[in-house]
Amino acid sequence: MKLSLARNRTPRPLKSRVRTVVTPEGIPLNFTLATVGARAGALVMDLFLVGVAMVATTLILIWIAGGVFKLGPAASRNDALGHALQFLFVVWMAAMFLLRNAWFLFFELGPRGATPGKRASGIRVAARGGDRLTAEMILARNLLRDIELFVPLTFLAAARGGDMGGAGIAAAAWFLIFALFPFFNRDALRAGDVIAGTWVVEAPRRKLARALSAPAPLATAAPPLPGDGYRFGDAELAIYGEYELQVLERVLREGRPDAMHAVYARICAKIGWQAGAGDERAFLEAYYTQLRARLETGMRLGRRKADKFSG
Amino acid sequence: MALIETLRSAPLLGKALGGTGRQRAGDAAVAAAALRSDRFRQEREGDWKRLDGIVTRLERGSLRRLADEDLLALPALYRTAASSLSVARETSLDAATLAWLEALVQRAWFQLYGPRQGLGRWFARFLGGGLSRAVREIAPDLCIALIVMVAGTVVGWLLCASDPNWYFSLFPAEGDPRVPGAPREVLLHSLYGGEEQSGLSAFAAYLFSHNAQIAILAFALGFALGIPSLILLVQNTANLGAMLWLFHGQGLLPDLVGWLCVHGTTELFAILLAGAAGLHIGRSIAFPGERSVLDSAAEAGRRAATVMAGVVLMLIVAAMLEGFARQLVTDMSSRFTIGGAMLALWCAYFFAFRRNPERLQ
Repeated sequence: MKLSLARNRTPRPLKSRVRTVVTPEGIPLNFTLATVGARAGALVMDLFLVGVAMVATTLILIWIAGGVFKLGPAASRNDALGHALQFLFVVWMAAMFLLRNAWFLFFELGPRGATPGKRASGIRVAARGGDRLTAEMILARNLLRDIELFVPLTFLAAARGGDMGGAGIAAAAWFLIFALFPFFNRDALRAGDVIAGTWVVEAPRRKLARALSAPAPLATAAPPLPGDGYRFGDAELAIYGEYELQVLERVLREGRPDAMHAVYARICAKIGWQAGAGDERAFLEAYYTQLRARLETGMRLGRRKADKFSG
Repeated sequence: MALIETLRSAPLLGKALGGTGRQRAGDAAVAAAALRSDRFRQEREGDWKRLDGIVTRLERGSLRRLADEDLLALPALYRTAASSLSVARETSLDAATLAWLEALVQRAWFQLYGPRQGLGRWFARFLGGGLSRAVREIAPDLCIALIVMVAGTVVGWLLCASDPNWYFSLFPAEGDPRVPGAPREVLLHSLYGGEEQSGLSAFAAYLFSHNAQIAILAFALGFALGIPSLILLVQNTANLGAMLWLFHGQGLLPDLVGWLCVHGTTELFAILLAGAAGLHIGRSIAFPGERSVLDSAAEAGRRAATVMAGVVLMLIVAAMLEGFARQLVTDMSSRFTIGGAMLALWCAYFFAFRRNPERLQ
């Protein structure tokens, strides 16, 4: 009874956001769905960038129009000034339309499958279920952005100032329905994703970290293997499993002295060792290497030990 | 495959089999590595890093700066990395390496199976049959939308005919001289008074932007089972009906139709397509048939999105016609000719042009 309670308390990696897709080569790839928070952050960033681009375009065009702009009525006259202003107006209309509708399209069709905001949040668009992402999907998911976001917000902005009480409530409800849509389905899809057959997954950019168990490749001659000084017996290694190994790896990679000392103290208390005080890093690296060696040998023989509670 | 990979992880056997791109310089480190899974990693790290470099350059979009041999090696490197991943999952407990490798294989997979089509190629296929096929595929929705639009026009007319006050609720624009009871000359002038107008290109750009936003709305509202799309169609065509009624009262109906049809055949066709695309999505969500709702919606969404890209193009054409041709061509028979020709053109393109876009590949 005590054991099962303890098991429940063990923190486990959050599995609910992981979706497995089998590639044509038969390799299962694990995609992690982006959190709603990351997506909202990406959206806000994109909208901000679109806004900046809109203001910048407008200012540049006004600047180009320069003194001509003061001659407002000239636009309706059929002279050179009027034509110049007209052309600038056409450019402005086209730029506003493109910024509103094509910003997301252009970036999501690129090789990264992500707008600048999404890239900053480390997420990207992918076809649901591992299909090939096509231009039509990107088109569909972004056309729907209009009713999800722009239209209700425009209504809200219009309703705030005037006497459109009912319309304001309706617009708010409309906005909330679409904004909360991702919370009410398994894959955190927004309406555009449903239509397009896409989802948004995490696309982390990682650096390949040094293997903790191997000596650094550029070390000077005859590097000591981590853990030369410490040899643990089988019984001392047998108490921990893969979960503890990963925690140990994380602690070693973060390299915070207080955390390392705490873990060192826990392990020593568990296995009844006294050695290694003041030399926690070497001790932990040795323990990590030997524990991993033991667990990996077990893996090859088909015996896995998930954590310290499993047999 | 997995067996060979496992065999290769033993250094001697690996040498006998001859791995690709193995680093000589790393051999000393390989020998020094304590764990078998670390040796596995060190032997393949060169290939992984090369794949990483190629994928990073692909992601930056600098395809041209990529050497040919790198591009040719990409599929092989990807498969090597993918099989390394599946071996590593079974033999290694180095979480950081596993996570990195998993991310690398995902990124390479996105590059290999991503939208490799390019916007230009997509557009060629789109014009060369993709659009007309998508339009034909939503033909049932097209019929429904057409019926709704005709009904909307009739309703607009009948409402105004029964009570002219309806005209004001359908056309709340103030300051417009086109109101019930307006003299014939005023109405006539609004149809043929285009000679002194200028600012046409600006007008066309504004019209396009406005209409395109409405069409996108009609499409997007299809998400709510298509009903709002139909309402939007009815509302817009009721306006049309009201206007027809107004000009009919002064015996100017043919002139109005001529005035409208210069751009109207294109624009109304585009709105019809947008509404039908919205309806198509709504129908696929409401009646998914044998498939799951999500699959059905996704399939309909892709088809409808293709149609919508066509709608935007048509609206550009319509705005050009409305901004320039309608104001410059003031002769009724010419107007009918232009409008009719456009309608025939669109119909021929959508329904008679049956080319398979896949053949372009």
